[in-house]
Amino acid sequence: MALAETEPMTDTKAAKPQSYWAGVGARVVRDPVSMICLAVVLLLILSAIFAPYIGLPDPYKGSMIARLKPLGTEGHLLGTDEQGRDMLARLIYGGRLTLFIGLMPVVFAFFIGSALGIVAGYVGGMTNTIIMRIVDVFFAFPSVLLAIAISGALGAGIVNSLVSLTIVFIPPITRVAEAVTSGVRALDYIDAARATGANALTVIRVHVIGNVLSPIFVYATSLTSVCMILAAGLSFLGIGVRPPEPEWGLMLNTLRSAIYINPWLSALPGVMIFVTSLCLNLLSDGLRSAMNVRD
Amino acid sequence: MLSYFLRRLILVLPVAFGVSVICFLLVQIAPGDPLTAIMPVDATAEEQAAMRAAYGLDKPLPIQYAIWIGNLAQGDMGKSIATGRPVAQEVFGAVQNSLLLAVSAAVIAFPIGIFLGFLAGYFRDTLLDRAVTALSITGVSVPNYWLGIVLVIIFSVNLGWLPSMGAGPGGSQSWAWDWLHMRHLILPAVTLAVVPIGIVARTVRALAGDILTMDFVQALYAKGMSRGDVLRHVARNAAATALSVMGLQLGYLLGGSILIETVFNWPGSGFLLSNAIFQRDLPLLQGTILILALFFVAMNLIVDVAQAAIDPRIKRT
Repeated sequence: MALAETEPMTDTKAAKPQSYWAGVGARVVRDPVSMICLAVVLLLILSAIFAPYIGLPDPYKGSMIARLKPLGTEGHLLGTDEQGRDMLARLIYGGRLTLFIGLMPVVFAFFIGSALGIVAGYVGGMTNTIIMRIVDVFFAFPSVLLAIAISGALGAGIVNSLVSLTIVFIPPITRVAEAVTSGVRALDYIDAARATGANALTVIRVHVIGNVLSPIFVYATSLTSVCMILAAGLSFLGIGVRPPEPEWGLMLNTLRSAIYINPWLSALPGVMIFVTSLCLNLLSDGLRSAMNVRD
Repeated sequence: MLSYFLRRLILVLPVAFGVSVICFLLVQIAPGDPLTAIMPVDATAEEQAAMRAAYGLDKPLPIQYAIWIGNLAQGDMGKSIATGRPVAQEVFGAVQNSLLLAVSAAVIAFPIGIFLGFLAGYFRDTLLDRAVTALSITGVSVPNYWLGIVLVIIFSVNLGWLPSMGAGPGGSQSWAWDWLHMRHLILPAVTLAVVPIGIVARTVRALAGDILTMDFVQALYAKGMSRGDVLRHVARNAAATALSVMGLQLGYLLGGSILIETVFNWPGSGFLLSNAIFQRDLPLLQGTILILALFFVAMNLIVDVAQAAIDPRIKRT
């Protein structure tokens, strides 16, 4: 009998508190702008990954007689580039390198910058001073200048672009991570955890990371759009991806010679960069308001 | 005020030192021997060693840095490998052109950004606010080097109204305040202005929105002050923050105009930089970046001090 009486008490599924991330997810899903942007970004990523399997022409195969065909040419829906290569294929294949070089530096910088910032913020003292003063120095360079300086010195190449852009985005992420961590570090529960005798690593792992990662993450997502534009910009300058690889920035550069012959065709790769960066920005804004994190 | 300025100046020195170290290291991370660019291919080992000693390249890095910074203090930034001219001379000529472009872009961007941002902040959550917000997010998302190309397609290729390249008629390098030269400035300046318009509008919108909901605004209205006078108070409150954002933007405009200068063949520091990169002219690369970064540091210092001059709350902290 006693069991039967307690039964309604255990059946509290409906009132179970929603987890934080589930709440964020639900709010993002309810926001139409975020969902459209997410769909566009996913479509671009998927089409880039599966480019070889969706029946596109060879993006490297040119034709001397079919150069700079206009949009809507038979067999070439978006025309052909200055070497007669199919534009649609190159734009879709171009997403592979552009998105990879445009997004990965932020991912790398997120891990490295978070680690540095959390250590600086948690340990404080001399460690903090050394890390943060070095970060300050990097803030003396506008991001475009720093990316071009490092890439210019290292030379063109995919790895060099990844390295230079990662270096560009570590300092801002470190600064945010340090600020958030310092704030959390001052809270009572950290003192309580330390009083139990837990060492620094344990406290950081159990009590700090969970509380600082989401604001750092949101901040990092707001950098993806800038990173995309910069990555394509490096290739546009000729210090990123090398020809003949399809990459939006590089395509924009090589097609510049065609702006008097087939102007709108030559602007196409930029449309891809623009749409992607716009979607990344809107998505980051949506995520920010869903997580209710203020900057 | 003077003591605040001096305090800020002292804080800037370590940053300036760090900037010089990074610029020095840029040449070290470059692949290949810096000598290969200047030595004949068939130079013997002794000749190479002699050259190495002559350039101080046989000394340890900290000594090399000390020599470099010592020369720098005397205004000697080395010679360009490509042209053989002093780096300082090349850089300062180009920086003037970049500055002209950056300031023109700022003159276009800041009033428009402030106006739009204020409208959006004042008419919060109206259609106007949403339009401005959409515009500013578009502004910050657009790859401006692509926008430059699109503007060239519209205004140079299709309409033929404005020139697409250079800073003056016939590839002229010297600037003059006449229409022939000004025409060349319009497209690059407008292109460069788009991103800061978005950023300034966004900032001012948030500022105006926040300040308008403060109690003192209510109090001013309550005592019967006219709307115009209240807005003057609001503007004064927003000025310091808005100013710092705009100061930073001006710095970004100078450092970030590299891509735009490439699009429009504008003979500024960015153009110089891309030439330096392709000719592997490392002294020129180093010098240009150093000057641009130091300019940015100085800009931040000026902004900090100006902010303190406007807003007495800042000086006390």
